[in-house]
Amino acid sequence: MEELNKNNVQSTEDTEAPLDKNVRLMSPTRMVVRRFFRSKLSILGLIMVIGLFLFSFVGPLIYTEWGETELDRSGTVEYAFAETTYTVNGVEYTVRQTIETNLTDNFLAPPSDEHILGTDDQGYDIFVRLMYGGRISLTVSFLAVFVITLFGTVLGGVAGYFGGFIDNLIMRVCDVLICLPGIPILLIISTILTASDIDAKYRIYLLMIYLTLFSWPGTARLVRGQILSLREQEYMVAAEAMGYSTSRKIFKHLVPNVMPQLIVQMSLSLGSMILYEATLSYLGLGVQAPYAAWGTMINIISTNNDILQNHWNVWVPAGVCIVIAVLGLNFVGDGLRDALDPKARR
Amino acid sequence: MAKENEINKSTSEYILEVENLRKCFPLKKTITGKVTSELVAVDGVSFKLKAGETLGIVGESGCGKTTMGRTILKLHQPNGGRIVFDGKDITDLKPSQMRELRRQMQIIFQDPYSSLPPRSTVGGILSEPVSVHKIVPKEQIKDYVLELMDKCGLRDYYYERYPHEFSGGQRQRICIARALSVNPKLVVCDEPVSALDVSIQAQIINLLKKLQQDMNLTYLFISHDLSVVKFISDKIGVMYLGQIVEYGDKKDIFSKPLHPYTKALFSAIPYPDPAVKMNRIVLKGDIPSPANPPKGCRFHTRCPYAKPICSEVTPEYKEHEKGHFAACHLIEE
Amino acid sequence: MKNEKQTEKTSAKGYLTGKEIREIAKANKREIKRLEKYKNRKAKVEEFSTKMKNPDNILEIEDLNTYFFTEQGVVKAVNGVSFDVPKNATVGIVGESGCGKSVTSMSVMRLIQGPQGQICSGSIRFNTAEEGVVYDIAAMPIHEIHRIRGKQISMIFQEPMTSLNPVFTIGQQLDEVSFIHSPGISEEDAKAKSMELLNLVGIAMPERVYSAFPHELSGGMRQRVMIAMALIGNPRLIIADEPTTALDVTIQAQILDLLRDLKNKIDGSILLITHDLGIIAEMADYVVVMYAGRVIEKGTVDEIFHNPLHPYTIGLQKSKPTLDSASDTLFNIPGNVPNPINMPNHCYFKERCDKCTAKCSGAYPDMIQVSPTHYVACHLYGKEEQNG
Repeated sequence: MEELNKNNVQSTEDTEAPLDKNVRLMSPTRMVVRRFFRSKLSILGLIMVIGLFLFSFVGPLIYTEWGETELDRSGTVEYAFAETTYTVNGVEYTVRQTIETNLTDNFLAPPSDEHILGTDDQGYDIFVRLMYGGRISLTVSFLAVFVITLFGTVLGGVAGYFGGFIDNLIMRVCDVLICLPGIPILLIISTILTASDIDAKYRIYLLMIYLTLFSWPGTARLVRGQILSLREQEYMVAAEAMGYSTSRKIFKHLVPNVMPQLIVQMSLSLGSMILYEATLSYLGLGVQAPYAAWGTMINIISTNNDILQNHWNVWVPAGVCIVIAVLGLNFVGDGLRDALDPKARR
Repeated sequence: MAKENEINKSTSEYILEVENLRKCFPLKKTITGKVTSELVAVDGVSFKLKAGETLGIVGESGCGKTTMGRTILKLHQPNGGRIVFDGKDITDLKPSQMRELRRQMQIIFQDPYSSLPPRSTVGGILSEPVSVHKIVPKEQIKDYVLELMDKCGLRDYYYERYPHEFSGGQRQRICIARALSVNPKLVVCDEPVSALDVSIQAQIINLLKKLQQDMNLTYLFISHDLSVVKFISDKIGVMYLGQIVEYGDKKDIFSKPLHPYTKALFSAIPYPDPAVKMNRIVLKGDIPSPANPPKGCRFHTRCPYAKPICSEVTPEYKEHEKGHFAACHLIEE
Repeated sequence: MKNEKQTEKTSAKGYLTGKEIREIAKANKREIKRLEKYKNRKAKVEEFSTKMKNPDNILEIEDLNTYFFTEQGVVKAVNGVSFDVPKNATVGIVGESGCGKSVTSMSVMRLIQGPQGQICSGSIRFNTAEEGVVYDIAAMPIHEIHRIRGKQISMIFQEPMTSLNPVFTIGQQLDEVSFIHSPGISEEDAKAKSMELLNLVGIAMPERVYSAFPHELSGGMRQRVMIAMALIGNPRLIIADEPTTALDVTIQAQILDLLRDLKNKIDGSILLITHDLGIIAEMADYVVVMYAGRVIEKGTVDEIFHNPLHPYTIGLQKSKPTLDSASDTLFNIPGNVPNPINMPNHCYFKERCDKCTAKCSGAYPDMIQVSPTHYVACHLYGKEEQNG
């Protein structure tokens, strides 16, 4: 026994099996990235999203044949005949004139070399408008998600961290906002905006701002829940016992640990924002002609039955773009969630 | 003012003095916020702790030992009583005033998995408190941390590792290193080994003992495991339902336990030798809920020696032998 | 197995590359598919009927291998475990976390979480109540397991808090077990049986507990209810997986007393799994010491506690502080349990052992019999023929 104990004295110093010194270092972030790229679906999602981005933002710089609001005026030439009769000194003269007009636009053209996806009922190039529409759709939804996350994180964080009265207040506001029906109110607001003479180009931004006001409660609840559970973790008690200041505790210890869930939430809500934008544009509340948005491009079919049936090239591409964007973002979001919490998958 | 000075002088020998400490948690509230029923987790605990000593607190789950440890560190605001730390009354200090004092009193937790932030490296975890409290100049922080890690039996290349790569015992070493990084005087160890395997437990206990000698630390060692507490403590306090029922030197408590609860606790531990047949006192019934503790002596519902007086009069907590306190009606007889 | 080779190759680098991960996943998928098919096959009773080696045993486990097929590789949670449970005896399995003691018991109950966890080989022979009928649990198709599970073998879990369904009363949950095991039993009879068992496990007011919900009971009471529930099918073997770990010492003493009493009353055997040597010393007749998925020593309780042979058993006993130990520092075993993936082919305890000799770098030691009941897997006690 004594002999054994002697043996042991030095084992207080250096005891546990050492980790292999040569093992490559791997931070939690790197591990998440690895797990993310292990899933084929999330890589596919990422490719879809990046592809759409390149298409929308880089595409118009490369493909410059047509502009967003540039009409193709090379439509069929129309001839009109005019006969004028007048009398000079009792003799009747008839003058016949041929009038050649070039006024018509090249509308509803089928896909061709000149127009990759043809033109729409106004004579705009669909392919080009698809790219410009993507710009608007993606920008608007990214902005909206950014604002939602900012709002949600700050308000949810405050509610979760301080608790008590503030928590109650913020959460009740959330409850009220979640109760409000979205689309009817959007319709009302849109009417007001139309009446108040605001440039159609900016209307979609105003609507999205309004949308963020309605959507932050989801993020706020998520953040609050996370913070409530993190606050009970012993490392937060340890931070308290260390005498760290409140701001250090929030920004150095709480926020980084909420980030993973936030990123997942952001990528998933991006998809729904794109859908929202499309819905608004489809309902005629969003971007208006001559500017393009994916939703607006589909909107055509609501008034023109002929296009719905006979000119698929006008509205299907925009729908495909929306599907790709939403699917891709959801794949990325799901992949991120699995990568961040491998246990949640099963 | 004069009186306060007097207290400070007379207590300089002790690093921690706790007097009649009380901590309640509200259970029910009316809409206006008035508390109608509450759980008294710590009810009138008093003890004194000398610098360099270890006080072991033993008790079963729900006896309020963890709450007591956290209340002493002011992680909970006490509802009554006094905490004097290093001659300074800290009971009513504001959180901002406490911040400076925090570096002198630290805590080690039970669960080594939730007590380390998952997204920082070991180096980050250990150097943050050093830089916040400006223990050493900025350029010396890394050397200081490496030295500390060496003291706690952590290899230097762990500096850039993340907590998830370590086993429970190694994580507990990191926790110990973090607590010691600010050179505290008092460390509250809240069940630091109960989540670990037996062979790792021994490593951590030995490390804690070694560090105590090296750095002249005072421990408040909370555990439900009597054999562990016996091994590390100088003084022992036995808690039952929010109160200390017996307190004294380790050898007094173990050679001559006074309170029937202490006796039962000793005899309940299974002894790792099949040849030894223990004469066990098996307590009947369960621990009563701390939200509704029994009248009189709190232990009388389970006490094998209970008398009628026990259920009516609360026994006085007093010194029966020198330095050996207990609260029981039966001792005088 | 092929995937073993692959995982060993990767151990040197620490983290797996994408290619290796795909290889492991492929190999795992194949193995899992084969084992799942075996598990779900249709089989006649004769196929999994067998004979006991010793008819006095109630359970014989022989060379049991239970593996978990994870993304990092194959975890051999139970690696060639063999031991017997005699009739009317308590066998204790002791070991630290991750040593495979719980997985062993789960294998006996066929409760291993599939598809990752699979019993790969070995046999678990169980002597049923009927004379001469012996089933090999490891070979049983999963849908035949109802012949045994809950009826002949029942289990008590560690967490009494989560093992009871919170939305049903204790009575409903107890009666339900009766309805399953004895179909056609009347409600009155089921209730009578439940009440009888609640009495048996020492619950003072069975009427009140019968109509109570789990959250109204304390931890000790719930564990008593769990024990009562385990007894309903009149089991011949009770597996108690850390039955007192979640309880306080004074409550633990009550439950241990109860278990000891019950063993005599029900005339069955107990397989007790715990990490606490004190409980083993008090309760068990035979002890199995496990380390990293292997049995390293087994014997009667006297042999293990008074003549421990394996350095790990010795260390484990020394490192537990006892109330009368006098020394200043605790004995401790350096290091910790090795990574369960890619175990080397030598004694797993080698790195932590203070009696290590040159022989220890050789192949994994065989079980050596030192007395009729005492076995140890350590090179220190090997005979000369081991060298050859």
